[in-house]
This record gives sequence, structure tokens and C-alpha cells, in this order.
Amino acid sequence: MDNVIRRRTFGARLGRALLYAVLLLAALFYLLPLAVMLVTSLKPLAEITPGTLLSLPQEPTLGPWTKAWGEACTGMRCEGVGVYFFNSIAIVVPAVLISTIIGALNGYALTKWRFKGSELLFALMLFGCFIPFQVVLLPMAQTLGWLGLSSSRAGLILVHVVFGIAFTTLFFRNFYVAVPTELVSAAKLDGAGFFRIFWRILLPVSAPIIVVSVIWQFTQIWNDFLFGVAFSAHDTQPVTVALNNLVNTSTGAREYNVDMAAAMIAALPTLIVYVLAGKYFVRGLTAGSVKG
Amino acid sequence: MYTFKTSFQKTALVVATAAATSLTFASAHAAEVEVLHWWTSGGEARAANVLKELMEAEGYGWQDFAVAGGGGETAMTVLKSRAMSGNPPSAAQIKGPEIQEWGELGLLGELDEVADAEGWDELLPPTVAEVMRHDGSYVAVPVNVHRVNWLWANPEVLEAAGVEMPTTLDELFTAGEAIREAGYVPLAHGGQAWQDATVFETVLLATGGTEFYQQTMVELDEQALGSEQMIEALETFKRLRELMDDDMPGRDWNIATSMVINGDAGMQLMGDWAKGEFTAAGLTAGEDYLCAAAPGTQDAFTFNIDSLAMFRVEDGEREAQQALARLVLEPTFQEAFNLAKGSIPARPDLDMSEFDQCAQQSMQDFQRTAEEGGLVPSMAHGMAVRADVQGAIFDVVTNYFNSRDMAAEEAARRMVNAAQAAL
Amino acid sequence: MSLSTPAVRPAAGPGARRSHAGLLQAWLPKLVLAPSAAISLFFVYGFMLWTFILSLTSSRMLPSYDFVGFAQYARLMANDRWWVASTNLVVFGGMFVAICLALGLVLAILLDQRIRQEGALRTIYLYPMALSFIVTGVVWKWLLNPGLGIQAMVRGWGFENFRFDWLVDPDMAVYTLVIAAVWQASGFVMALFLAGLRGIDDSILKAAQLDGASLPRIYWRVVVPCLRPVVFSAVMILSHIAIKSFDLVVALTNGGPGYASDLPATFMYAHAFTRAQIGLGSASAMLMLGGVLAILIPYLYSELRNRRHG
Repeated sequence: MDNVIRRRTFGARLGRALLYAVLLLAALFYLLPLAVMLVTSLKPLAEITPGTLLSLPQEPTLGPWTKAWGEACTGMRCEGVGVYFFNSIAIVVPAVLISTIIGALNGYALTKWRFKGSELLFALMLFGCFIPFQVVLLPMAQTLGWLGLSSSRAGLILVHVVFGIAFTTLFFRNFYVAVPTELVSAAKLDGAGFFRIFWRILLPVSAPIIVVSVIWQFTQIWNDFLFGVAFSAHDTQPVTVALNNLVNTSTGAREYNVDMAAAMIAALPTLIVYVLAGKYFVRGLTAGSVKG
Repeated sequence: MYTFKTSFQKTALVVATAAATSLTFASAHAAEVEVLHWWTSGGEARAANVLKELMEAEGYGWQDFAVAGGGGETAMTVLKSRAMSGNPPSAAQIKGPEIQEWGELGLLGELDEVADAEGWDELLPPTVAEVMRHDGSYVAVPVNVHRVNWLWANPEVLEAAGVEMPTTLDELFTAGEAIREAGYVPLAHGGQAWQDATVFETVLLATGGTEFYQQTMVELDEQALGSEQMIEALETFKRLRELMDDDMPGRDWNIATSMVINGDAGMQLMGDWAKGEFTAAGLTAGEDYLCAAAPGTQDAFTFNIDSLAMFRVEDGEREAQQALARLVLEPTFQEAFNLAKGSIPARPDLDMSEFDQCAQQSMQDFQRTAEEGGLVPSMAHGMAVRADVQGAIFDVVTNYFNSRDMAAEEAARRMVNAAQAAL
Repeated sequence: MSLSTPAVRPAAGPGARRSHAGLLQAWLPKLVLAPSAAISLFFVYGFMLWTFILSLTSSRMLPSYDFVGFAQYARLMANDRWWVASTNLVVFGGMFVAICLALGLVLAILLDQRIRQEGALRTIYLYPMALSFIVTGVVWKWLLNPGLGIQAMVRGWGFENFRFDWLVDPDMAVYTLVIAAVWQASGFVMALFLAGLRGIDDSILKAAQLDGASLPRIYWRVVVPCLRPVVFSAVMILSHIAIKSFDLVVALTNGGPGYASDLPATFMYAHAFTRAQIGLGSASAMLMLGGVLAILIPYLYSELRNRRHG
């Protein structure tokens, strides 16, 4: 056994080295933009010159970060992106929760309580995933006006829920379809009701798909710009809109370091979520579709 | 003609009455205006802040709704969305023929009371007043007048290349060559559709003259658009590309200006908002940087007027809105705003001594061209034609400018198509 | 599980099945689904219908209902920029999907070789999916700009003739979109494939190995076919990203130089919102939706059929 391994050592080693080289090269490609953002955000403005994208800061400073968070000006307001960061949270949290709950119930009803036309209904709902958002801007604006929700936080939450449930329903439906129906049938015979079965049988096994739904919705809604800019008022704008305002505010020497710091701030929540829960995300996403 | 003094007295009187009124009513209903604009850069924001303070001094609230990006494109999307939802802001930064279009939709509120009380008809130059009116009533108030056809230059670079400020297009090309040989970028430019169009309309004005400009860019005369003269203008325009650097596509205009400021580039063809950049960099006009009418357009003035259009709102808000309209033309604001922005005041009766020589020249040229002819609306900045035609012309201009093989004849033909398709 | 004493248990015996509670139970699933069905009926199909109606009108700055038949579609067909945008979508979408799949598959297979620090590498490959181009747009513009970014950096290292100026080249600009889009989505595809690989039964591999098949051959003949469902989902996800691509273009090229890198989504937005041509914009939106349908219907068909058989 030992001999076999030793004989293959040279070729195997070369192979392994090559393997790692390729993987690391790929890692560099993926890391490059983030690295440039991070390095730049820590540099004083004077150190930012053409062709020095990746050079480390000579005198690292957190100045750009504090400025981006609380001082940078857009228009007449010099309050950075911090305030808007909390606006985003106030929009994202309810929107994610509501769309996930609705998606879970939909997925459950579509798979465990099938009725005539339920598959068709699912297919029709799925189309909502694919509709380009630019298309719905104007009719949505009109609808929000009718509902009396224009330029309000509630309106923005509604928009995100409406266009999020197609995705969450898809996730939960594909997950629940793989959950054995026998338990549910037995419970039905026992006379357990709709919500009780959901609560007792489906929900306890739903953790992976809840993670998927929450991460997906969180990322989508946090990163949204189009709805955020079109349907918010001056005091409910999400952080992506504030970032855009900051970056596109043009006068004098552009403070690239502050721009990059603001971009990092806007990116941090989704970044953290992916780093911490990325594993579960992918695992959950493929739980339904790939069977061993 | 109103003198500065009388109009000032009058304003003071109105301010006093308004202040008294607001004292009485301020506590009852704190009327507010929500202003949608894209004056987000440092200087502009400071200037707009003057307006906010004036409003607050009279007891009105100011809600700032600034949306940056794309020369107001994003802000316009927001405005349309707000208008669709039946909840437009009290005032929005809208300009040119677009004011008419909003007016036709019946969404704008009239300002005739303020206009009568303040005597806008006498105060404003007729060209400006015309843009602000819809159906005979004032619906918008002008903030400033920009001149688009300017040439900016770095004197040190010109000196190093041994050239003078060019006054004709031929001189521009000769000077450009010399500047390149001296090791600088001759013409700083940013390859964005509106910047390409800005340079194009300036070249068109220089080669064809004001009358031809009127025919093509304002009246969209098909014969003129497809004429030899147009082809010549397009060819000259394309030749300018040789004076620009290869990295220009996508560059923001102010980055291009900073190339002139830093001495990387010699000159830039750009409207007078570029002056805001020079001022912000602490430079003095005539010493650290030079300004002149774009080569060959000394007798013309391409104007670009920023204005605030007033939307139809409820009565309480309306009062604040009227106050806003009045304050915009107040000398305090006009002066502060235009000093920061690089433009000239919309009312010609102001004392220009605080302004630098570029602005003073701009004001002189504005009045001269208004009398002698030569005052033309800027196509590139949405003053001449409606947004759809403008967009179609942009497409042709920018595509031709960036294409390696499109002939000027083909571009002229497409220009005719653009005008037709849009009508 | 103690499900035997539910509160809503239908009263004794089959005779009483049609009690109110029973009826409610029978209707509950539909009641639960009703709001979502109504929402998608109104907000998706209603809005689509509305857009279609607008595409038949001469609407300019705001919607109006002055019908002009299919004139807007005719204008669209005669519009050079629309054809550039559509062609770009085919080029961009095709390359984006193909490269993401290839790169994702290769990386997943490589990462499946008992790699040290696999978790860290996987996170690095995956994280771009967490960021929008609103956030990374500035840095991408920098990297791709010849005067500021990669070209300047490599030249700074002494390679004076190095060229990487696709961003400013009208013929190549659309490929910079591919680069950035691949950067964003390929790691995600990799993760999908990796999860798929992990799901494959080891015994199949062992059997193939015993037959003496070479490793590449095993992967090509045995493993990849097992991944078909993953490929399918990945293609769906990627093509919907491609069609919706908007932020990417706005952030990187804004359609330039000229309009060489325009895509249908940016075309639609520019016409409907900045150029006051809602009619024309709506017509282009309808054609985009047609494109979506052309991809979605085969997917749904096979997806639902598979479920029924599997």
C-alpha cells in the first residue's frame, strides 16, 4: 500500500500543485474587485493614483469609513450612508419575513394539499420570477398611489413582498415536494388540520429551505436599487440609493476612498450573510433538485 | 426697465409681508415644500442650501429630495413614478420643452400671482420667460442661465506647447497638434452620449452658424439635416476625436475637467458648469485657467437654463410653493447659486461685480446675442427639442463618433431618419 | 408525534365529515393560496396586460390611451439601436451562460478533490453573488479602464505593451460585461455543481474506477450526466440573470461606447423613462417578455413532467 502511494508521489504531487495553483488563481480573480475596494477604502486620498490599484496603503486610515458612514454629503444632507443603512434594515426585515412565511404556506399547500389546477397555479405564479423589474415600475407607481402607499416604507415593503413570493414559493414548493407525503396523509387521517400539520410536520424539517429563502430575499431586497429609488421618499431611501447619490455626486476631486468605503458599508450585510451561511444556502438550494 | 434698487425695495416689501403672514400662520400649519433636484455636488448643494435657508427664514419647511446620477435621468424616473402615483413633489428640477410636456399633462400649477406681483415679465429676458410659461401662464421659475459653448484651457499647457487660445476651429486643430507634440492630451473629453452631443452642437454652430443651427437642431428641417453643410460639420466633429485620448469612453465630464486642472490635458469643450470644478480646485479665472467662447462661436450663445417647475398641489402647500418661486428669483439666491454653479443669474438686472470675468463675459454675450441674434437653445441639454428627438439625435451622434467606419453621409442620413421617426 | 387529539378533529364518524370545520379544512389550502394567486394575477399578469396595451398607444412621457395599433413595434423593428441591443443580448447571454457553466463545473470538480481550506475557497468563489453592481460598479469601471485599472497596473510592472482596453473599444465592450457577469454568477454555479457532485452515489464512481476508466473519462461519461438536473436549473437561473441584466450595464459601460454595449433592459429603460417614449419602451418590454416565455415554457414543461414521473 505504502509503495503504491510512493510510486505515484511525483505525478500526484505535480497534479496537486497544479490543482492548487488553478484554484488559487480562480480565487484571485474573484477576490480582485473586493480587494481593490477594501485597499482603496483604507487609503488617504493622496495615495490614490492611476496604476496603484492593489498597492497597500502606506498610511492606513479609517477616515474614509467614518466619513462615508456619518459625514459624506449628498445634496444638502451631510449625514453619510449610516441613516440609510437603517432605512434598508427597516425595509428588508419585514419584507423578508412576510415573503418567506407566505412562500412557506404556498409551497406547503401546493404540494401537500394538491387540488385540481394547483400545478397550473404554481406554473403561473412562477412567471413572476422572470418579469424584468423595469417593466413594472410605472404600473406599480400607479397602484401604490391607489393604495395610498406611494413613497412610504410600507409601499416599498409591499413591492418587495409581491415580487418576492414567486421565488419563495418556488423554493418551498421544490423542497416540500421531496418531503414524504405519508406522514402528512397519516396526520390527515388522524384528523389534524391544515395549520397543525404544517406546524408539527413540515416546519420542523424546513430549516434548510428557510435559510435559502431568507438569504435569497435578503440579498435581493438589500441590493435593490430600482424600486428603492422609484418608490421611496427623501426620508425612506435605502442604502443603495444613498450610495448611488454619493458616488454620482460630482464635483472637485472625487473621493474614491470614501466612495469605496460607502460601497463596502452597503455590501457588508449581504457579504456577512454569505460568508456565515453560504454553506447552508447552497445545500438547501440543491436539497430539492438533486437526488443522489 | 426695472432698476436693481426698485426691484429690491419691492422684494423687501414682499418679504416683510410674507414674514408677517408666516408669523401669524406658521404655528397653525407649517407649510412645507418638497423639492426634487439633482444639485448634489458640493458647490451646488451649498447654493441650494441658501434657498432652503431663505425658505426657513420665512417659516416654511424644506424637504430636500436629491437624486444624483446620469444628469438627472434617475431623478426623472423618480419624478415620473411620483407623478403616476398621484403624489408629485411640490417642485422639481425640470427644464426646456419638457416643462411644456408636463404642462400639457395638466400636472403643473400656475404661478401668475407671484409673477404679476414680482413683475417677472419685465424682470426676465423674453427668451427665458418663454421657456417658463405654459399656455400663457408661468409654471416654472428659472434658476440660472448656463452657456454651453465654452472652451476651457490650462495656460501652462498652452504655454508649454507655444500656442494661444484658439479662436477658430482651424486654430483649434493646429493648437491641438502642438499640444500633443508637447506631450499632453490636447482635448479632454468624456465619451458619454451627452458630452459627445455637447461637442457636436458646438462644432455645428461653428461650421454652420446660428441660422443653420436653428434649422437643424431646433426646427429639425430635413433638408438641412441631410445637407452638405451637415456632412461637413459631422466630419469636422469626427476629426476632433483625434485630439482626444483613447481612454475617454465612459469618463465623467468632471474627470475630464480635472485633467485640464491637473495639467494632463490642454483644453476642454464644455458648458460653464465646468467652472464650478475650477473654482472648487481654488483656481482663478484668467490666471490659473482660461475661458473663451468655443472656437468659431464668438457671436453665438448656446443656452441651457435650469429651472424649478411647480406641481399642482393642495392649498397649504401652494402657499409655500409660491414663496419658493419668489425666493428663487431673489438676488440673494441668484447670486449665491450662480457664483457656485458657474452660470449667470436668470435676471439680467443684478450687479455682476462679484462674478469672475468668465461670468461677466457670459452675461455680456447673453445680452448681446439676445439683441443681435445668436442666442440659441442647446440641443444636447434638452432646451431645443423634446426628449425623444434628443435621444434619437444622441444615438446618431454618439454612434457615429465612436464608430470606426461609419461615413458622415450615413450619419447625416440617420439624422434625417431620427427627426422623422420622432415626429 | 401526538397528533391524535387535534382541536379541529371532525366530529365522530364519517357521517359528520361535512361539518363546517371539515369544509373549512377542505378550503383552507385554497384560501391560503388565494392572496398569492390574486397578487400574481394583478401584479404580474395585470401589469403585463397593461404594458401590452401601452405598447399599442402613442404614450410619451406618461401613459396615454391613444391607440396606434402595432406602429410602435414597427418603429422598434426599424430602430438600429434595438437590433444592436438584441444582438448583444444573444452574444452576452450565450457567452455568459456557457462560460459560467464551464467554469463552474471545472471549479466544482477541482474543489471536490479533498482540498484543504475548501470552505474558504468556496466562500471566496461564492461571495460575488451577494453583491449588486450598484456596489461593485465603481470598482469594475476602475479595473477595466485602461488608464486607471488593470492595463495601467500591468504596464506599471514593466510590461509596456500590455493592452486591455475592451471597455473603450466599441467592438469589445460587450465582452467586458461578460467578464463582470461571469465574475458575479460563476461561483454560484460552481456551488450548485459542487452540491450536485456531493449528491452522487460513490458506488457509481467506484464501479467505474474498477472498470479501469480514466478519471477524465469517468467525469465526462458518468458524473456529468448525473448532473443534468443541476445543469438545467443553472441554465434557467443564468438566463434569467442575463435577460434581467441592467445594473451591470449601467454601472460598467452605460451602453457605450456609443450604444455598442446596450442590452434590451437598458434600451427599454432609456426609452420609457429618459426619452419619454413609453409606447416604444412598452413594445420592447413585450418582446423581452416574449423572450422570457420562450425560455420558461420548455423549463416548466420538463420540470412539471419530471415531477409527475419521478
